[in-house]
Amino acid sequence: MDAHPIDISWLDLIFAAALILVAIALSAYQKLGLEKQIVLGALRATVQLIAVGYLLVWVFTTDRWWIVLAVLALMVVVATVTAARRQGKTARDRATVFPIAGFAILAGAALTLVYVSTVIVHVQPWYSPRYLIPLFGMILANAMNAAALALERLQSEMESRRGEVEALLALGATPGQAAAEPMRRATIAAMIPAVNALAVVGIVSLPGMMTGQILAGADPTLAVRYQLVVMFMLTAANAITAALAVALYRRTFFTPAAQLRVRVAV
Amino acid sequence: MNRALATGPRDSPEPAFRLHEVRQERSGKLLLDGLTLDLPRGGFTALIGPSGAGKTSLLRLLNRLDDPVSGTVEFLGQPLTEVPVRALRRRVGFVFQAPVMFAGTVRANLGVAQRLGDAAEPLADGEVARLLELVELDAGFADRIAADLSGGEKQRVALARALVTQPEVLLLDEPTAALDPEVADRLVHTLAHLRETTGLTMIVVTHRLREARVAATWVVMLEAGRVVEAGEATQVMQRPAQPRTREFLAAGEDH
Repeated sequence: MDAHPIDISWLDLIFAAALILVAIALSAYQKLGLEKQIVLGALRATVQLIAVGYLLVWVFTTDRWWIVLAVLALMVVVATVTAARRQGKTARDRATVFPIAGFAILAGAALTLVYVSTVIVHVQPWYSPRYLIPLFGMILANAMNAAALALERLQSEMESRRGEVEALLALGATPGQAAAEPMRRATIAAMIPAVNALAVVGIVSLPGMMTGQILAGADPTLAVRYQLVVMFMLTAANAITAALAVALYRRTFFTPAAQLRVRVAV
Repeated sequence: MNRALATGPRDSPEPAFRLHEVRQERSGKLLLDGLTLDLPRGGFTALIGPSGAGKTSLLRLLNRLDDPVSGTVEFLGQPLTEVPVRALRRRVGFVFQAPVMFAGTVRANLGVAQRLGDAAEPLADGEVARLLELVELDAGFADRIAADLSGGEKQRVALARALVTQPEVLLLDEPTAALDPEVADRLVHTLAHLRETTGLTMIVVTHRLREARVAATWVVMLEAGRVVEAGEATQVMQRPAQPRTREFLAAGEDH
């Protein structure tokens, strides 16, 4: 079972890029107007991934704990910016949302990574980039989506349930009590992708990581065990990040005197 | 509940609320323009005036759903900001223009108000019946789904829910605005009756002058965030001192 991965040459990659032409042609034929976005997206993906490939080679060969931590930190920042950017409409909103998204993502992702790398995978040495960076990347992508969904949904629930929230405040509710239903809904919305992924994995979807390991020659049963660890890990990260993002973001909707802030008005 | 006999400001010289130089803005728009005003304790105070006068903005200050940009509001002689806000809101209830029903039955709706207080025990059946009776709803309503009720019934449930906390003051923001005239009239009679039986201080924003005539003991006429005039209901409604009030009352006759 120790097959070596089949090499993909640069020429092979150019043939693969031809597949993009199919999407462009279909977009043009259906007048979707997506051609420019597809080209730019494909170029971005190519540049980013090639850069990441070389960066990883460098990180793996230098093999220093502080370089690994710096890479992980950079990943958190990018994930945070991505999650927060979707939410904040104005610079002030973003200034509010950024630290919340950052903390929620960092806490959810870091706690999960530490548990998986020390208790389950026994990564040696503890900072081994070959394990930490891909694991953290997967966790972060999930935590980032969870944070973005949680923030977005809480905002919209607070707006659409403004009357209910204020009616509860008027009855003497704390902000936490008044916002309980919006918070519940936002947390569910953020959790659903992870929960759904758990239910359909192996049937509807063959996860990329597992497929990748199999393509790279790993024993499929080991790939499956890794995948299960990853799925459980992503679910945990998702839950922690969603709960934190919702709890922290909720506070921004209220004044210290338990009043709804103006920005919810619209 | 021995304030039941209090019928107007003359019986209780200390005002329920005292506003001094209150300014309120929202999104750069001036809503209250240095308002100085006493709202009497006991009785039914109607806040009247054209739309945009600042009636609702004023009402929302009284249980601190909003705070003013500047100026002070006192409740029974104490600055509002010195009263713990949750306790204040249990003492000063609020009924919104569009009643918001929580999930579940009418009983569950009343239960929410009970649960938000410090009392650990659920609302007793007898208490539910008593509250429904106060708002003149049949006891059978307790187990109806609140969201399925008619507009007038919902407003009565909202009223009963606000009474769960045994407030001293009830603020009502155009409680009849969304109702048919007949339903609205019946609700106003319920309010008047409720005030007489409980001695609650009621402060009601209304756009229906009829309500002010039928139920009010005190009337405050507002315009452009200022007080035009305030006084005994009979005085303001029948012999207004200000030309602007006369004009407004005359224009609103057919309401």
